[in-house]
Amino acid sequence: MKNSIAAIFLLLFHTTLFAQSEIDMATGLRSSGKIYVVVLVLLTIFAVLGVFLFLLDRRIKKLEK
Amino acid sequence: MRKSWWKILGLVMVASAIVAGLLGPVPVLPILHETIRNVYFHVPMWFTMITLYLVSVIYSIKYLSSGKTSHDLVAVEAVNTGIVFCAMGLLTGMLWANITWGEPWPNDPQLNGSAIATLMYLAYLVLRNALEEEQKRAKISAVYNIFAFPVMVVLLYILPKMTDSLHPGSGGNGTFRDLDMNSQMRPIFYTSVMGWILIGVWIFTLRYRLRILENRKNQLD
Repeated sequence: MKNSIAAIFLLLFHTTLFAQSEIDMATGLRSSGKIYVVVLVLLTIFAVLGVFLFLLDRRIKKLEK
Repeated sequence: MRKSWWKILGLVMVASAIVAGLLGPVPVLPILHETIRNVYFHVPMWFTMITLYLVSVIYSIKYLSSGKTSHDLVAVEAVNTGIVFCAMGLLTGMLWANITWGEPWPNDPQLNGSAIATLMYLAYLVLRNALEEEQKRAKISAVYNIFAFPVMVVLLYILPKMTDSLHPGSGGNGTFRDLDMNSQMRPIFYTSVMGWILIGVWIFTLRYRLRILENRKNQLD
């Protein structure tokens, strides 16, 4: 009986450990700082698209007058 | 410039969602890993689509009671813009599914529902092109749109939740509320959704204004 309880505990402990350590998150990538480059690239693309939309908006506004 | 504050707001909201979405903390989940961040970018596409379709159906109803051409033009341009966001939602979803579910198009009720809904709205656009006479086209497509919208809502938001879907909130899966979303993710997610909806509405108004200009030009000719 004692043994089986211990076994269950071991199993539970093992699975929680497993669940915590096996999942790969990109912590290393972020701590190395390289992800900021990707963020900047995306922001640049997005900012240019935003400016493009504003210019389009202005052209349509001119046509409306 | 005073009237365009909401356009700037939309851009700022999505830009901050890009920064916070890539750098912010996310829950550690099996299978999903870092792809959980896709929630900030994939899901808002669908929210934007349904907002634009909602605008469309409202203006279809308005058209039927008013008979104004401009209402019909709002309806069609909202669907035109909504379908672009639908395509982006499908494409990003397929990329994400390929990594997490093993294939780009698993046989999932939510995916198949979205495919049928997409075809329904494509049919709306085809139907419009098939009809020559302007008033008849506006009236028939408005009626079609009013039928299509609730069917789309059922296909995308109700049926998948009643069966086993791979998406959250279906079958045995938890919803965003208790599984994928923790308090760190929610503000970023809603910022992104609101920002994309604003940008979607902006693009739709641009298309609508162009359409009005085209119409005016055609009447002058």
